[in-house]
Amino acid sequence: MTLSPRTFLVHGLVAGLVGGILAFAVAHTWGEPPVEQAISVEEHGTVHSHGGESVATHGGGDEGGGITRGQQSGPGLATGILLLGVALGGVAGLGSAFAVGRLGRLTPGATAALVSGLAFIALGLVPFLKYPPNPPAVGSGDTIGERTADYFTLVAVSVVAMILAAVIASALRRRGVAASLGAAAVFYAVVIGVAYAVLPAVDEVPDTFPADTLYDFRIASLLTQGALWLGIGATLAFLVGRAWTKVVAETARKDLAASL
Amino acid sequence: MSQTVATPEVQVPSIPVRELAPWALLLALLAVIVTYFVGAEQGATSVFAGTNIHEWVHDGRHLLGFPCH
Repeated sequence: MTLSPRTFLVHGLVAGLVGGILAFAVAHTWGEPPVEQAISVEEHGTVHSHGGESVATHGGGDEGGGITRGQQSGPGLATGILLLGVALGGVAGLGSAFAVGRLGRLTPGATAALVSGLAFIALGLVPFLKYPPNPPAVGSGDTIGERTADYFTLVAVSVVAMILAAVIASALRRRGVAASLGAAAVFYAVVIGVAYAVLPAVDEVPDTFPADTLYDFRIASLLTQGALWLGIGATLAFLVGRAWTKVVAETARKDLAASL
Repeated sequence: MSQTVATPEVQVPSIPVRELAPWALLLALLAVIVTYFVGAEQGATSVFAGTNIHEWVHDGRHLLGFPCH
């Protein structure tokens, strides 16, 4: 008996939902106030005006195609975070299914927690440090194309580098934990360092934009992503760990029955 | 040894890549589509006209760290 891909997938999706709910609570509580402040800065015209037709209006029902601020900060926020949460939870589940049994002696639960933690670094923390997210009223509509391309390039490089780092660690595991983890960490750090140096910098925060609002927004954004991955990791580790405990017990019972 | 009972040290089995590949493909597709619609649609590029999707997921897009206008 063993754990099936389905076990990981289903538990991953559930974990994604839990992580999404947690992240929504964090985003709604700590993220919305700076977003509101930024929108008020934007509307009072103290900062630059938007250019380009693809730019959001944020102004509420009068010009936002009928979508109000209340909808954006409640159901709209929930939609985006829960959808992404479930999708990323599924990815974490399958990533754990790949990793389980391939990372030394880690139990399935510990593997799931590790994979979720590494996913937070690769998808959340590393892109955040190079391209910190901006609230409304920061960022020029004219450069959204380049900024989107650069951001997703960094995310892609980071994910591929993290997967390769795991492969390196797995391949070198006979040389000891320190050597294999050290080599993997150095590899990942070097790749990210090169990507940071090569990808263009973004410097679009208007001089007049309130620094506190920007800081609060970015911290809230990091906390939102942290909450998402914490929720995914903890839930997935718990569910997969429980499934594995059952497998172990079942195996022990069969061994006992066979020995009688 | 602190182990009193002979708990069988069950070797954690790995799942063959062949078994995981179809699921991985499905999940990768799902993740890319969701990421696109939550993170980028009606920003840098548009599949659907208008700005309703962008507006609806607007706050999530900002707070999840995606570039937004």
